Amino acid sequence: MIAEIGHFALVLSFAISLVQMVVPMVGAHRRDPQLMGLANPAALLQFLLVALAFGALVWLFVVSDFSVKLVFDNSHSEKPMIFKVSGVWGNHEGSMVLWVLILALFGATVALFGDNLPDTLRARVLAVQASIAVAFLLFILLTSNPFLRLDPAPFEGRGLNPILQDRALAFHPPWLYAGYVGFSMTFSFAIAALIEGKVDAAWARWVRPWTLAAWLSLTIGIVMGSWWAYYTLGWGGFWFWDPVENASLMPWIAGTALLHSAIVAEKRGSLKSWTILLAILAFSLSLLGTFLVRSGVLTSVHAFAVDPDRGVFILGILVLFVGGSLSLYAWRAPMLKAGGIFAPISREGALLMNNLLLSAAVASVFIGTLYPLLLDGLTGAKITVGPPFFNYTFVPIFVPLLCLVPLGPLLGWKRADVTAAAERLLAAAGLAFVALLATFAFAYDGPWLAPFGIALAVWLVAGAASEIAWRIRLFTTPFREALSRARRLPRAAWGTALAHGGLGIAVAGIVGVTAWQSELITTLAPGESTEIAAYTLTLERVGMRDGPNFQATAGVVRVEKEGRVLGFLMPEKRRFPAERQEKTEPAIRTNGFADLYVVLGEPSEDGKWVVRAYHNSLAPWIWIGGGIMALGGLMSLADRRLRVGAPTRARLRAAPAE
Amino acid sequence: MTRKQRRATFIFVSLGILGLAAGLVLFALSDSVTFFYSPSDVAERGVDAGERIRLGGLVEQGSLEKGGDATIRFNVTDFVETIPVTYRGVLPDLFREGQGVVAEGEIQADGVFVADKVLAKHDENYMPPEVAEALKKTGNWQGEGSTKSHAETYGQGSYP
Repeated sequence: MIAEIGHFALVLSFAISLVQMVVPMVGAHRRDPQLMGLANPAALLQFLLVALAFGALVWLFVVSDFSVKLVFDNSHSEKPMIFKVSGVWGNHEGSMVLWVLILALFGATVALFGDNLPDTLRARVLAVQASIAVAFLLFILLTSNPFLRLDPAPFEGRGLNPILQDRALAFHPPWLYAGYVGFSMTFSFAIAALIEGKVDAAWARWVRPWTLAAWLSLTIGIVMGSWWAYYTLGWGGFWFWDPVENASLMPWIAGTALLHSAIVAEKRGSLKSWTILLAILAFSLSLLGTFLVRSGVLTSVHAFAVDPDRGVFILGILVLFVGGSLSLYAWRAPMLKAGGIFAPISREGALLMNNLLLSAAVASVFIGTLYPLLLDGLTGAKITVGPPFFNYTFVPIFVPLLCLVPLGPLLGWKRADVTAAAERLLAAAGLAFVALLATFAFAYDGPWLAPFGIALAVWLVAGAASEIAWRIRLFTTPFREALSRARRLPRAAWGTALAHGGLGIAVAGIVGVTAWQSELITTLAPGESTEIAAYTLTLERVGMRDGPNFQATAGVVRVEKEGRVLGFLMPEKRRFPAERQEKTEPAIRTNGFADLYVVLGEPSEDGKWVVRAYHNSLAPWIWIGGGIMALGGLMSLADRRLRVGAPTRARLRAAPAE
Repeated sequence: MTRKQRRATFIFVSLGILGLAAGLVLFALSDSVTFFYSPSDVAERGVDAGERIRLGGLVEQGSLEKGGDATIRFNVTDFVETIPVTYRGVLPDLFREGQGVVAEGEIQADGVFVADKVLAKHDENYMPPEVAEALKKTGNWQGEGSTKSHAETYGQGSYP
């Protein structure tokens, strides 16, 4: 019964979306307030219905109703509750329902809080949003119905892939989807603006919070995914340039570019049509990501089933939306009025430079990800484009960008004095130089590029700090004055500094792990010791342990440094009887500056155990930096000038100037 | 600076960055791409010693040997040709005899493939597409159901 209600709600929401797609669009064209007025209740109803369907699905998983095929395939009655719930989106069908739920939620948000949007714009935005819902609801209903029944109903489910039974991964897909789908909102705004033929500051002010929210969610999603891959896959790495990872990285980079160009569009009225194009591209790349992951056309370390029907359907959606929006863009964009002019050296110029480099970076990831597919289609040759490709392309593009990051926020709008800005960064440059020398002295036997990487990281962090110091006149006015300036500084300024500083910390972590990782593979009998990076690891014993739905073979490894026992690590190999699978569970010990990472392997025939250990310098900083970046995004989002439901012009005038 | 000069500057810089990116991509594609070979491909076309390739096929039944010092030996086969592989490290959780595997590394002059990376997929019934195709070519494919059953066993992974 519950499953049928859920299915029915999905069908109904599809019908509502069809109406929401057509009627308000016609209404906006005819300036008919009644037809346009339909958009709001339709968006709310659509959300309620999809929420009902999603709720039904969650309920079926929670009560383990194995008469539903999806539950049978992905759940097990003895699985911990959190993984029963996360199992809802731990599979194709459920994750698509979540996708549409988030889409509908965002539409409903515009309906609820968009009172100060021009009527025609709101109607068009909601209509475009509904067209995306139509496509994906149709996709779910035709190719991936989550509510299919099994008859007779089995007694027990097959369980969820153990590798997905993980707390960080449980919440990784919702964040990632919120990011992907968040770009649908900026996409809808871009398309609506193209249809209106008008892009003004009010439009840009509406788009910025959505971009920021999407970027923020995507950042959290990627950081969680990368962290999960690090601590669960047992390979000691944080990023593998895997197609599925690239699929989430591309919209993130495009979104970062959009975030920056939207500032120019809002504050200066320039780069409008470029901003529209980026909004289209960011969502297109999100759709591409969905396609790559859901169709299984690419070989990935994260295995996905090949289902040609679904792949072709999503490809159709992709072609329709990307092709349609780009054609619309080509047709309408020339009508947009060009905004204020600016000198090459100015805040606008710096943001444009940021956009150019980020676009080049997206292009390189795009080619590296899709080239194997293209070559296979054209010549049948099977190739893999691995990390070396991205080290040669992505890194040289990103390094100049990172060098310019601290400079940008210090330049003035329109025309800037680059010497004055450089003077403000003198201290940061000095610190970076000291860091360079210190790292050379400390790690002289490592790769020679690494100290430059660390210097770059220090440059970013110190540069972000310098910007704040300059804005609050930290050393040029009395301290109390600076403090009160700090309190009055717009949250968006703090957000920028946090995001740029966090980037620096993440860069330090990436450089640290890449340059100074030490790895050790050996076999140990219980009682034997080995050494890695100043630590002595002793395998004390190997025993069995029972988990909630698995049995683990656990090794107890004593960690010593200079004869002092620091603690114990317990790497495990878990056997999941329900799923008939094994999963390696690395053990990690961190001191905030480096991780000690131990994996227990197979027993060998002479009674020894394979042990793999890594010492990852600065590894935790990757995720700490990513978290700080997300915090910066949140801070900017909290800026009252950027609240969803942007202030109208009258209210804006009353707000204090920056 | 006139408007024209400004525009010229922007176009110049954009083209410069684009050119740089294109150059890097072309260089990297010519230099850092790994080709996929089945054991038959290796026998037919030959692979230079020291060239980095991906070798894919099935782990031959009964060929897995765990030596001391974490060294593992097994044979990768497509039922026509068989290539011995050595690997030092921890095997992926789903590594099994008779299952599909992809090994990355180099062939030594003595014909032994030294792998530094071994990939088995997240699912015991999943076959890497390249391996499936290589088996189809040599006529040892077990039927269409094998790749599809991945989805049927427990659905796809949720990553991302």
